[in-house]
Parts: sequence; structure tokens; C-alpha cells
Amino acid sequence: MLAKEMSARDEVSETGGEGTVRPSRPRPRVRLRMINAKVSRGSALFLGCLPFLFVAVAYLIASAQRLAVNLSDKLLPSPAQMWSAFLDLATVPDKRSGDLILWVDTYASLLRLFAGVGVATFAALSLGIAIGFIPRVRAFLLPLVTVVCVIPPLALLPILFIALGLGETAKITLIALGVAPVMVRDIANRVMELPPELVAKAQTLGGNSWTMVLRLVLPQVMPRLITCVRLALGPAWLFLIAAEAIASTEGLGYRIFLVRRYLSMDVILPYVAWITLLAVITDWLLVRLSQAVSPWAHPAEAR
Amino acid sequence: MSRIVVHGLEKSYGDARVLERVNVTAEAGEFLSLVGASGCGKSTFLRILLGQEQQSSGVVIVGDRPIIPEPTPQRGIVFQRYSVFPHLTAVQNLLLVADFRSGGPFGRVFGARRRSARQEAEAMLERVGLAHARDLYPASLSGGMQQRLAIAQTLLGRPQILLLDEPFGALDPGIRVEMHELLTELWTEHGMTVVMVTHDIGEAFKLGTRVLVFDKVRHDPQFPSAYGATITYDLKLDRKTRASSHHLAKVAAMVGTTRPDTAMATTAS
Repeated sequence: MLAKEMSARDEVSETGGEGTVRPSRPRPRVRLRMINAKVSRGSALFLGCLPFLFVAVAYLIASAQRLAVNLSDKLLPSPAQMWSAFLDLATVPDKRSGDLILWVDTYASLLRLFAGVGVATFAALSLGIAIGFIPRVRAFLLPLVTVVCVIPPLALLPILFIALGLGETAKITLIALGVAPVMVRDIANRVMELPPELVAKAQTLGGNSWTMVLRLVLPQVMPRLITCVRLALGPAWLFLIAAEAIASTEGLGYRIFLVRRYLSMDVILPYVAWITLLAVITDWLLVRLSQAVSPWAHPAEAR
Repeated sequence: MSRIVVHGLEKSYGDARVLERVNVTAEAGEFLSLVGASGCGKSTFLRILLGQEQQSSGVVIVGDRPIIPEPTPQRGIVFQRYSVFPHLTAVQNLLLVADFRSGGPFGRVFGARRRSARQEAEAMLERVGLAHARDLYPASLSGGMQQRLAIAQTLLGRPQILLLDEPFGALDPGIRVEMHELLTELWTEHGMTVVMVTHDIGEAFKLGTRVLVFDKVRHDPQFPSAYGATITYDLKLDRKTRASSHHLAKVAAMVGTTRPDTAMATTAS
């Protein structure tokens, strides 16, 4: 066993190419297992950037090749073409309506998204805590929530459009219905996982059901709630774009599906990048919010 | 400050009987140490006194009334783990007691009452030696500091009965001796009835005025969970018995876990 390790170490010093011809004394360098090898900050940054770079370069090459064959190719537009199309949408008023399309789309979409997720968050907080903390409410509502959870929300879309019309209400309802049940269940689970010791102790200190919700349950589930919202934003974008694609007159999803008819990849690709950017910023803001609201749950960052 | 009377107490989970025929009367101001092998039901007994669990049959009287079957401010508790609220700093943990006490719709006291609550909390932090850690979250306190905070928090609630569930089980021996002194001092100051579950027989003899041993007396080899544990030994301690190695060795043999010599060392410390 020992001999094997020793020979492995020799191998490292030889193949490592230290530059010396005769390594009389091998350097005490130990090859760690893959799972134990730490990554420094710089190399982590480098490694993280590599895939992005790879995708970008691959796109540039493919785009250049296609454009070399056919200058009016629409499928893989050059960065310059995409930038100018994006600038047009962001700064030049639309001929027909006089709107700056990008900002109108962004405003409409974000309003729907945040309204839907906001309603879902409120439902998750109130229903989740009630279901998790009060056995009687749990017995009453948990079966319903469990069943609603497995309904595919997009299958409800026609019903919503028929029942609520094609306006904002139907889209916001779709987003809220799509993400709320999972969030409610998650929060309820988190509340049920609270250590019984803490709940017992709160009662011995004079807490009643309501004050325990305020001072014990709410602060304890806050970090989890924010994580929930972060996870729910993915599906929320999906439902938003689906709803906008079907019935809308403005919105990021609407625009993408509108210009698809003209194969306008120079608009679609920047729009996708723009949506990605918005999603990343929202996520980052939520992480900061969690650190600000629940510093105790982020000991590493707080100190 | 309240007596506890337990008569004919029995506790079963389904077919498994954990406790049976438990009878004990504790006078106000006594300090009861409960010892026994692991899984003998002494923690269950404590949880019944707390109100977190209910007895299957029998009577438990606290003060002069049957026990209320849920945790109340009458009985304070210090657990071994999860003993303080991790989302509050040390001083906030203590202020929470006044906040819960007020019972208002915001779960918080305001104005002059908050100021007096804050003074009381600061004084208590000073008393248990945590004044320097007032704004730290429990996660950055050591185990001993967390338990000191937990005891301070529980005492601010002014319980008539203090329940301790292996409160020092996870602490280093040196810290443990420190905590013993603190607890003895606080018990002398406040004079409440204390019931403490412990694995450490030395600790039981050192702190308690009375040691109760839980053990099974009846065994059914075909069905081990048919019979539960009961109190097999009830020893009132005075200055003479406290130091007696004879009693200590006897209890150690009953519990069968701790060596008498190490227990003796704890008692002496």
C-alpha cells in the first residue's frame, strides 16, 4: 500500500516535468483526489468563463462562414447586425405607435411576471405557514394543494383565457397558478420541519399561535421563501412567454414570437439575451435581499 | 416554587410501553436529578412534565392543579440542542421573552415597556457573563455560551418549574463545571423546582437534592417492549449522602454506563 503510494508520488514528480534532469529529492507534492483539489479564485473565474467563450467563438465562426456565403443570411446574424437591431428597438420610436418597443415590452412583461410571482409568494407565505403550523388547516387544505400541484398549468391556459378573457388577469393568473402550489407545499414542509424544541420553548416563554407565527415561524422560513421565489422564477418566465405568445399585444415573449414569422434572428437572439440578463439580475437581487433580511442564515457572508 | 405530584403514570407508544407505575412527589424548591440507561424513558417523563407529550394514564399535578397538556410559561425548559432561537442575537433572544409575554398583536413590546425589558435583558446577560456577546447570533457562540443564553432566557420567563433535558451533555468537562456553578447559583437565587435529566451520574449527585433512577424491573424476553421503566431508586441527598461513594457506586451500577470513579471526580469538582 505504502509502496504503491510512493511510486505514485515518484510518477508525479517525473511526469510533472519539474525541469531537473535528475530529481534526487522529489518535492513533497501530493496528488490529491479529484474531490479534494481546491480551485483558486482566479482559476475558478477562468474555468467559469471558458464555456461562455467557447459558445461565443463557435457562434462567431459559424456566423462568419454563413455570411461569407450569403450576405443576406438571416439565421446567424453577426454581432453588429444584432446590436443595431437591438439599438433600433431600444432607442428609435416605432413608426406606427411611436413607442420605444424594447422598453414597452420589458415593462409589460416584468409587470406580469412580478404580479404573478408576487401573488404566488403571498399565497405561499400565508397558506404555507397555515398548513405547516396548524394541524386543522393542514387536514383541510393539504390534499387540495397536493392535487393542484400535479395539474399541468399550461393545460389550464385555455380555461383561463375563456373564463378571464385575453387581458392581463388571465396571464397573471396563469403565472400565479403555475408556481404557487409548489411554493405552498415547500413552505409548509419547511414549517413542519421546524425543530419541535423551538416551538415548545416559544410556548414556555408565553408565545401564542399568532405571536409564534410572527416571531418564530416567519423569520425562520424567510430564507427558504426567498430561495423558493428564486426557483419559481424559472417556471414563471416559461408561463409568461407561453401566455404572451398566444394572446398579447406587447411583451418580450410576444415580440419573439411575432418576429419569428420574418425569421428575424437579429431581434430574437438579443431579446433572449435581454431576458437572460433580466433573470440574472432578479436572482442576484433576491440573494442580496436574503442576506439583508436573514443575516443569521448566511454566516459566511455576514462575517 | 410548585410541587409536582405524579401518580400511577403510564406512557405507551402503540404496543411499546415506555413508562409504567411512576409515582413521585417533589416538594417545591427541590432539585430532582433523573438518571437511567439510554432509552429508559426519562426524557419522555420530562416531555410529559413539559406538556409536549401526554401520559397514557395516571395523574400529573403541578402546583395544585392537573397539568395543562401543552407547554406553558409555568414550566421552563432548556434542551441540549436547539436551545435558543438561531434567528435572533443574544440580546434579542432575551427580549423575545418580554415580547411573547405581552401577547400583543405584533408579538413585541414598545415604548417604556421595551426600555425596561431591554434593561432586564442586559442585566441578565451580565449575570450569565454574556454581555460581550450581546449582538452575536447563536451560530457564532460556543456550546457553553449557547447553553448559558438558553438558561438566561428560560429564567427571564420566571417559571415555577425548570426542566433541563441533558443541558450540559454536549459541553467540555471544564465548561461543564462552570455551568454547574452558574446553575446552582441561579437555583439558589430563584428557588424554583428543578427537574434535570442527565447521563452524568456525578453531575446528578453534585447538583440534585434528590436522585431518581429509572429502570425496567420486569422483562419479557419474547416481547422486550411489553414492560416499561419505573423509578427504581429514590435517594434524598444531604451533605453526607452527596459525598458518599457508596451511594454513587450503587446508582452507577444500576445505570450501568458511567464508571463510579469518574462520577466521583465530577462530584468533587
